[in-house]
Amino acid sequence: MSDSKMISVTVNGETTTAAVPVRQNLVDFLRNTMGLTGSHVGCEHGVCGACTLEVDGAMVRGCLMLAVQADGTQVTTIEGYGDRAAALRDAFTARNALQCGYCTPGMLASAVEYIEGGGAADRAAIREHLSGNYCRCTGYQSIVDAVCDVIDGASA
Amino acid sequence: MKAADFLYERPASLGDALALLADADRDAAPLAGGQSLMPMMNFRLAAPGMLVDLSGLDALRGITLEDGALRIGAMTRYVELTGSDLVSDHAPLIAQALPHIAHAAVRNRGTIGGSVALADPAAEMPALLLALDAVITVQSEEGSKDHAANDFFLGMYETALEPGELVTAITIPPRGDRRFAFYELARRHGDYAMAGVALSCATDRTDHRVAYFSIADRALRATAVEAVLDAGGAVDDAIAALEGLPFSGDLNASDATKKHLSGIVLKRALGGL
Repeated sequence: MSDSKMISVTVNGETTTAAVPVRQNLVDFLRNTMGLTGSHVGCEHGVCGACTLEVDGAMVRGCLMLAVQADGTQVTTIEGYGDRAAALRDAFTARNALQCGYCTPGMLASAVEYIEGGGAADRAAIREHLSGNYCRCTGYQSIVDAVCDVIDGASA
Repeated sequence: MKAADFLYERPASLGDALALLADADRDAAPLAGGQSLMPMMNFRLAAPGMLVDLSGLDALRGITLEDGALRIGAMTRYVELTGSDLVSDHAPLIAQALPHIAHAAVRNRGTIGGSVALADPAAEMPALLLALDAVITVQSEEGSKDHAANDFFLGMYETALEPGELVTAITIPPRGDRRFAFYELARRHGDYAMAGVALSCATDRTDHRVAYFSIADRALRATAVEAVLDAGGAVDDAIAALEGLPFSGDLNASDATKKHLSGIVLKRALGGL
């Protein structure tokens, strides 16, 4: 029998109150309870980055944070990025930077943080920032191309 | 995999947290940033009966300068160290190593105290604290005490922490006119290193501190290497002095490979001094 706690969390601008098992991780809560299946579950030990999402303005691993820890926070999933990720979505499409698409939500979350943090169109710096996100299709060249395009304004 | 079941509390005061941790029946573990503990729990390598979430304890957070020494609260996140002028001015070795400590999303939540308390043999922070001659402050219901980093890391995930004790702060002595270097070899940027070294030495190239991570069951100083370097020995002689270290292989590399890589990282770090 799993212990549970009530949490109140604002997901993509909408505040929800729910009882969560304390052992449930944040990404499972978002997918299974909230029906927000954009954030993917990959390795479940913080290596692959497929579950990357934003909590209180900083990207985190959704699999290394418990849902109960999200009490009182603002969570943004890929479904909630809206215009913030519009240019990146276009650039990813133009550059063929999404292949199977499994890593894409996490890649976009990481890339948004890099761009909004004032990151330069410096391939090494982009690679370093995205280093926590695996692309099993090995589409890294195109992904870095797409991020560079957005920073350079090429796809604006 | 999912973590085994546990109870969860987020105490509002340090006193409440220490009381929960002191109760042996609860088998409680402190939860700091969770970036190492949660993977261990998801792998079922750890299964505490209760998690005591420290995130509500603002008193354990923050970076201050006291009499030239840098004091870092245990719950200070890596991302906060990255943006700190105090850290880059007074502990440039930490500033230099930060980009290599995990990935940006992990640094957004991972804490310095969590890394020190867990003592993962592949983590950077224990070795950095050895090289910096840092002091680790721990607290329990009985009071607080200080450990030299030198005496704190005892084995694989094993520290001088006793049941009921919590790491509350790290103090790094005034840097003086010392120089620092850091080098690690990892398969992917930000992953655990296959071998890494943190170096500190006086500007006149005496009094070296050479601390390794990810080569043995714990972060450790290579005192024989330090002696060679203090005497002005050649790099090759310093590498030869690695001989006596208790290298232990892991999934990525055998102990012989670790030994080989230890020489390489030493050479490259010395080149960066």
